[in-house]
Amino acid sequence: MAKTESTFKNMVLSLTLISLGASACLGFVYEMTKAPIELSILNKKLDAIKQVVPEFSNNPYKEMYKLPTGDGDSLEIYPAKKDNIIVGYAVNTNSKKGFSGNINLMAGFKPDGTIINISVLSQKETPGLGMKMTEPLFKNQFNDKNPSQFKLKVKKDGGPVDAISAATISSRAFCDAVQRAYNTLQKGGLK
Amino acid sequence: MNQLQNFTKGFIKENPILVLVLGTCPTLATTSSSLNGMGMGIATTFVLIGSNVVISLLSGVIPDKVRIPAFVVIIASFVTVVDLLMQAYVPGLYETLGIFIPLIVVNCIVLGRAEAFACKNTVLSSFIDGLGMGLGFTLALGVLGAFREVVGSGSIFGYKFYQGDGILVFVLAPGAFWALGYLIALVNRIKKT
Amino acid sequence: MEYILIIISAVFINNIVLAQTIGICPFLGVSNKVETALGMSAAVTFVIVLSTMVTYLIQIYVLDKLGLAFMQTITFILVIAALVQMVEIILKKVSQSLYQALGIYLPLITTNCAVLGVAILVIKKNYNLMEGVVYGASIAIGFGLALIILAGIREQLELVDVPKGMKGVSLSLVIAGILAMAFMGFTGIVK
Repeated sequence: MAKTESTFKNMVLSLTLISLGASACLGFVYEMTKAPIELSILNKKLDAIKQVVPEFSNNPYKEMYKLPTGDGDSLEIYPAKKDNIIVGYAVNTNSKKGFSGNINLMAGFKPDGTIINISVLSQKETPGLGMKMTEPLFKNQFNDKNPSQFKLKVKKDGGPVDAISAATISSRAFCDAVQRAYNTLQKGGLK
Repeated sequence: MNQLQNFTKGFIKENPILVLVLGTCPTLATTSSSLNGMGMGIATTFVLIGSNVVISLLSGVIPDKVRIPAFVVIIASFVTVVDLLMQAYVPGLYETLGIFIPLIVVNCIVLGRAEAFACKNTVLSSFIDGLGMGLGFTLALGVLGAFREVVGSGSIFGYKFYQGDGILVFVLAPGAFWALGYLIALVNRIKKT
Repeated sequence: MEYILIIISAVFINNIVLAQTIGICPFLGVSNKVETALGMSAAVTFVIVLSTMVTYLIQIYVLDKLGLAFMQTITFILVIAALVQMVEIILKKVSQSLYQALGIYLPLITTNCAVLGVAILVIKKNYNLMEGVVYGASIAIGFGLALIILAGIREQLELVDVPKGMKGVSLSLVIAGILAMAFMGFTGIVK
């Protein structure tokens, strides 16, 4: 190899040229993929919204607004309307208290605060344990419950929520995320 | 060696993970299911082919003393390209593989082939080497993933044939270590006979 | 208090090698003697702490400011490569024997998934600089811990009869699996 001598000038020149070439190519690919990437993120949220609120005729994504949570963060609220009447709110909520990191949920609430359905957007919990939060057996127990009466705490903490066996931390994080969504919505005033 | 031998050496004789024992990190982490493992393998194969070809093309131009940094820049560029493309067109797989996509840049297989082969061989040979090694890697990941998926979650290629949980430990870290350890031992045994 | 949680989580519960299966190559390669394992751990800790600081600063003040987030992989790995070169030069001057003992494994710290992995994770987890450094140092300690334990075991194995097919990597992997299982017991620490 190395038909080119390792003089200082050659070394600097070749590295600079390669870096410039690489950066240029990357910039190009980045521009090319920017739109599809945004689209796939959008679609993912839209799919989740569809799952957690009843049928709507507006575009919740266009009407998204943010509400502060009270602890320095803010959550995205997607109002779902049918014929201009609000039928539900989809809240993109999260909790940092997951076992292996953040968990991201889309929680749907009726205008009176009752939970409609919850969709797990992302989580990195342990397979077979915390990951079970995505399964109906765990997350459906929240449906049709109103957090004002149904305490979002696992049985170990004195609440009614049936935690996933051996995955208390993940279960708690899930409750935490839903609670944050409910609190934020309440604070902001359900419009 | 002729090109056919060049292509097939990556499958058994010099399988990057099972024989050369390179690239163990993504192997253990992404093989909780067969499809995930193969997805990782294919992403790595793209980077491998790309970097092998470019490095082979530029091998006469890069001064010896800076070859490692130069290789790293080239490899990292291909990794970023694959990362962006996956994020745009296969978001599900992108999220599952997570941090392991950028970690392809430190996958010993890629730098190893660049150093050991691409900078000393023709573009065509380097292309075939990258393809063969990459496919061998993908194959190994697929096999390992299939084993862990069947035993650990009772499903194969995402199709659940056993309702309920399998021997979960195989989907977790300890099982990954064991499965790979025994698979390597098995391949060693096969090679000797 | 937050820091204690970060430390315990990174060293025991989410041990980079035994739980997250990152950093396996050096783990298998340098663990045949406790002495080299100790040296390697020290070198890796040094590199990780430094690289976490530098990559964090670059991400915040350069990449994010200029909207070049997609250049993360390239810049991070170049920073790490440069730091490892520095460590090599320093080590050569300070401790010839350790330099010799580590041999080819020293430049291989560049390809240690753990180093790049930590740099990326710190950004993903939204830690600030202090938290990031503490996290990085703890991960390195966890790496060292796993490495030294395996080295201790392998030193003892030298004296024992092992089936030919299992010698070397296979046996190390099976033992690592048992260690990983043992470490899973730590999940109960955090209530």
